[in-house]
Amino acid sequence: MRAGRLRLPQSAATIGLPSPQSPIMTLTFEDFPPGHFGTFGPRRVTREEILAFAAEFDPQPMHLDEAAAAKSMLKGLSASGWHLCSITMRMMFDGYIGRTASLGSPGVNELRWLAPLRPGDDLTLDIEVMEARVSRSRPSTGIVTFKALVRNAAGQLLCEMVSPIIVERRAGAAAEQAG
Amino acid sequence: MRFFEDIEVGQRRQVGSFTFTADAIKHFAAQFDPQRFHLDEEEGRKSLFGGLAASGWHVGSVCMKLMVADGKRQAKEAHARGDKVAIWGPSPGFRELRWLKPVLAGDTISFSSVIESLRTSDSRPEWGIVQARNTGTNQRGEVVFSFLATAFVPRRDTAA
Repeated sequence: MRAGRLRLPQSAATIGLPSPQSPIMTLTFEDFPPGHFGTFGPRRVTREEILAFAAEFDPQPMHLDEAAAAKSMLKGLSASGWHLCSITMRMMFDGYIGRTASLGSPGVNELRWLAPLRPGDDLTLDIEVMEARVSRSRPSTGIVTFKALVRNAAGQLLCEMVSPIIVERRAGAAAEQAG
Repeated sequence: MRFFEDIEVGQRRQVGSFTFTADAIKHFAAQFDPQRFHLDEEEGRKSLFGGLAASGWHVGSVCMKLMVADGKRQAKEAHARGDKVAIWGPSPGFRELRWLKPVLAGDTISFSSVIESLRTSDSRPEWGIVQARNTGTNQRGEVVFSFLATAFVPRRDTAA
């Protein structure tokens, strides 16, 4: 099939790259070869923002009330898991999505909340590219599947997420491959 | 909220609905997901989404909001009947989250939840583990959002 030939060999995706650390360059599919992509943060999470998010989106006692939270399975006030996801999204945006030719994400394959996010935690985000492949249905784009690992300052893993994003390929990449 | 023993595979529940206004979409995006198509109508129109689109994390967070409100309604009803109220535990995570179609400014999304599986926990005998498929459907009947959620639910036998 014609679409099959559009698949980039792994090595071709790493030739002549702008550095992913360059602040002005727009990142394209070619900038996401499999492997460790980067470490981002730290990002301090305050009690006030934990309470504000919980009040709006997840008003359960374990996210709002110290006394109730102390008696919960999480043994103390913790952020909503969706708050942690949303902060992770912001850290990804500030780290690289904001300068990536991203067309959005179709979803999240798997997300694990492994330990509670506490007030005052400083979050660090590690991004690994698990897979990068050219889209068959839209050959001017590629699908980059990330694993995001969020840790607190003690190095404890709080959240692990595997999610694909759709990223534009470098201009002319599809035509070069087809030719 | 219900106890583990009161839950059966296949049970469906309407959780509630929410209208995503342009203001709400931009407010969430400005904090958490300031990609151009979540912040600006014109950029949204030029994007794959075809209009100002809510961040996927906004859609998930609103689903959580409605599930918590629904849980509180159920707790109130149980209390009124004189039943013991179950307090659900935290979630260890989810799988298969799909943003199937964009949620655009003005869309009203109705969320529902169907129980997919039930199992007991060997390490935590006072808790059961429930998996539910939560979906969001827009005003045109299109499924726009879906995920397989997991939660710890207290067992009636051991609840103090």
